[in-house]
Amino acid sequence: MNNTTDLTQAIPQAADYVRILPEIVLAIFGMIVMVLDPLMDERSSQKTLGVVALIGSLTALIATLFQAQYPGLGFWNMVRVDSFSVFFHFLVAAVTTVVILTSYEYMAVQGIRAGEYYALVLFGALGMSLMSSAVELVLIFIALEISSIATYILAGFRRRAAISSESSVKYFLLGSFATAFFLYGVALMFGATGSTSITVIGDALRSGQIPILAYVGVALMFVGLGFKVAAAPFHVWTPDVYEGAPAPVVGFMSTAPKAAAFAVLLRVMFEADAPGRVWLIWVVAALSMTLGNVGALVQDNVKRLLAYSSIAHAGYLLVAFAALPNNGIPAAMFYLASYAAMNVGAFAVISHISGAGERYVTLEDYEGLGRRSPLLAAMLTIFLLSLIGIPITGGFFAKFYVFSAALQANLVGLVIIGVLNSAVASYYYLRLIVVMYMREAREDVPLPRIPLGLGAALAISLVATIYLGVLPGRVLDYAARTAAEWAH
Amino acid sequence: MSNALDNSMLTLITFIPLAGAVLLMFFPRRDRDIRVFALVVSLLDFVLSLHLPVHFQRGQTGFQYEINHLWISNPNIHYHMGVDGVSMWLVVLTTFLTPLCVLISWKSIHERVKEFFILLLVLQTALIGVFVALDLFLFYFFWEATLIPMALLIGIYGHGRRVYAAVKFFLYTMVASMFMLAAILWLYAKTGTFDFVSIQSAIRNGQVENFSGAALWLFLGFFIAFAVKVPVFPFHTWLPDAHVEAPTAGSVLLAGVLLKMGTYGMLRFNLGLFPEQSRSNASWIMVLALIGIVYGALVAMVQPNMKKLIAYSSISHLGFVVLGIFSFTQAGLDGATYVMLAHGVSTGALFMLAGILYERRHTYEIAEFGGLAAPMPVYATFFLFIVLASVGLPLLNGFIGEFLVLSGAFRDRAVYGIVGATGVIWSACYLLWMYQRVFFGKVTHEVNLSLPDLSGRERAALWPAAVVALVMGVAPLLWLNAIDPAVQTALAPFAQLASRMVGR
Repeated sequence: MNNTTDLTQAIPQAADYVRILPEIVLAIFGMIVMVLDPLMDERSSQKTLGVVALIGSLTALIATLFQAQYPGLGFWNMVRVDSFSVFFHFLVAAVTTVVILTSYEYMAVQGIRAGEYYALVLFGALGMSLMSSAVELVLIFIALEISSIATYILAGFRRRAAISSESSVKYFLLGSFATAFFLYGVALMFGATGSTSITVIGDALRSGQIPILAYVGVALMFVGLGFKVAAAPFHVWTPDVYEGAPAPVVGFMSTAPKAAAFAVLLRVMFEADAPGRVWLIWVVAALSMTLGNVGALVQDNVKRLLAYSSIAHAGYLLVAFAALPNNGIPAAMFYLASYAAMNVGAFAVISHISGAGERYVTLEDYEGLGRRSPLLAAMLTIFLLSLIGIPITGGFFAKFYVFSAALQANLVGLVIIGVLNSAVASYYYLRLIVVMYMREAREDVPLPRIPLGLGAALAISLVATIYLGVLPGRVLDYAARTAAEWAH
Repeated sequence: MSNALDNSMLTLITFIPLAGAVLLMFFPRRDRDIRVFALVVSLLDFVLSLHLPVHFQRGQTGFQYEINHLWISNPNIHYHMGVDGVSMWLVVLTTFLTPLCVLISWKSIHERVKEFFILLLVLQTALIGVFVALDLFLFYFFWEATLIPMALLIGIYGHGRRVYAAVKFFLYTMVASMFMLAAILWLYAKTGTFDFVSIQSAIRNGQVENFSGAALWLFLGFFIAFAVKVPVFPFHTWLPDAHVEAPTAGSVLLAGVLLKMGTYGMLRFNLGLFPEQSRSNASWIMVLALIGIVYGALVAMVQPNMKKLIAYSSISHLGFVVLGIFSFTQAGLDGATYVMLAHGVSTGALFMLAGILYERRHTYEIAEFGGLAAPMPVYATFFLFIVLASVGLPLLNGFIGEFLVLSGAFRDRAVYGIVGATGVIWSACYLLWMYQRVFFGKVTHEVNLSLPDLSGRERAALWPAAVVALVMGVAPLLWLNAIDPAVQTALAPFAQLASRMVGR
């Protein structure tokens, strides 16, 4: 009798598989892409593989919605499906969809063989999804590695450009260094509490004396994740990597892995109630906002500019982390969603304009865009206004929730730093808008027509940006449910 | 029936221009149709807005035509609109000026016409929204929304250094309004609502924790946003640049309405939410206002550029408004509101007149003109009329407001009244001197001999302004009987403050 129960416990049940359904879907489609790739010649591979990948990411989206109805723990308490994980699964799958749509045109224009590319995007998405539902530090580490390795390779995909390889190697070296930090932190945490399960660790930390090792462990994990989200002072890789990597990939890796890493941070920092987090985060948030925005002021390359801007946005996000859990969690989640919408949109425009070999990526190349392509210019303007945080865009409510959460936690100093920073930030985003509308193009570079895939990608990000800016209620309520679930 | 109409009136007035702008996006690029359509939309909005004063319950305090729906539940944001006597007239001023702006831009805008009128209509929606919003969030939303169309109007359709002016305008106001946002967020964090009326009563009943410690900073947060917009003296440097480079319609709306957002904000929010802080900070604010009056006038006097002269005269006139508001007297606030309206009409008309000249000669330099009364007699007459209105000639609109403001300022402290009164003299000096240099004497430049006089369209744009300037000067009660109760409400806490001080 005893034997059978042991056996049933040792075999995963159907429910366990449901809890990782989106990951399974992504893995299957990623493998289909890899199998199909050698069977096709280069020309037909571009489209077909892209469509397969698109179907994969859409199926993952549906799987997420299906999975949402079966919340709970799976695989011996290693993954947990709750509204938090569903939120991030949805976000990652949506970003992946938009990035795949953007990549059709880009891959063709750059003449890049597409096979591994789409497979890697799907595998990366797999890792990021798993990061948000894993509640076991070792599993989190594995998911982090899956996502990171995929993005290391994706960053170097412009094989003919030296700068792209440089970006890939830089990202790889610094990235592995950072994951090593994370792993070390996990090890120390295990030493301090005797477990790698977040809930057990949380209970242990709440119940009694907090050992000094736990502090060090949390700090090291924070360093590792801080690198992944490009928070200062672990941000120096960002501009170089973003400059070299293919534009759609930058759109991808500045949003989805970032969201996933922030998801882990949220789990670790809040659910495990990490000790002494407020001041650590306070300093990093203030540094990221300031260094990011000041750095962006002097950039002439649009990709570098947005790289610094993403550092700054990581800083705003961390402001939410410094705030109390009840308001901070939904604020951070909302911020990630709207940042994903506007940034993926902005990079979709950039990858369209960049042209073969990414020749057109400096501010000068955007001169007169308002006249050359009113539609693209208007879209990019809306995304930039959202990044500034102007009302009726998602970026406004994102900042709004973050700052009001911080105010409710009485972090007035941090809010003042944040508000001043957003004023500084409006300058460099505005610079791009000014260039587009108020300068004449020096040479009339004809712009290719907007193809269907890119149009769809732009439309999705635009609708999402505006939706979050006009009716933020539903998304925020959903995010707030997480806070309630964790509060018990 | 009429109740349902009353409830949706403000929504209609606010969003009709936006709806027009959206329709315009789908218009084919036939410039004439676009202009006519923009004119029709703006006229329709004006006619609708006349519903407000016609059915306004005079003598009643509190807000009218209120509409209050939940917009977003978290944070607790309501779609709450309503007007009192002050904001109602500012709404009508906006809808009155916009059709004139369309008329005056008929020919002078010939490139990217569609985008121009779209921006103009979007700007109108945002401006009206600022005046009718009673939810602090909604207010901030419209406040920021005015920024983008205005900056684009300056930056795309302006003159020489337009980009510099547009960016400067944007950054100045953006940075300043950040402070207001911080203050609004603080209030929300402590009261859990953005509703102006609820926050006001919470503050008055002392239900806001830590309020006494933060009140000064909150007051300043609001004040700095409004002071940059007005502009109050040390924050004024963006204004001349923006005005000089802006297209005519941009200048008209900038001087006519945008600047009033600042003074309206002071009246509604600084006085409404922080009466004690307003009282204790009034002295330095009034000194700044006086500096603005005199400094603006003196700088205007030496301007060789007509548009810059009018821009500096705005700084001077808006100084009167601030002076009136912070005198905390019935006359002062009545007068301040009246100056806002009168300045909107007459300075709007002055910018239109300057624009008409620019269309003909492509310069604003006063030295380029002289003796224009001979080739352009009708133009000269209109110009004189508006100049006299702006100077404050009795029986025209400028006089009433300035008189009331000065009498209020006198009552507060005689020296304020005396220094302020010099502003009236200065304004006569610079405007009449400019008039003399442009219109009298011999024609100094050959080209000016053949300048055509006003066309029918230009007259259509100027007549309404001139008529309103006259009516406002002759029958001020038409306006003041609605303004009075609103001002009394704003002043009520000050009477209590005063009696409390006497009680001590």
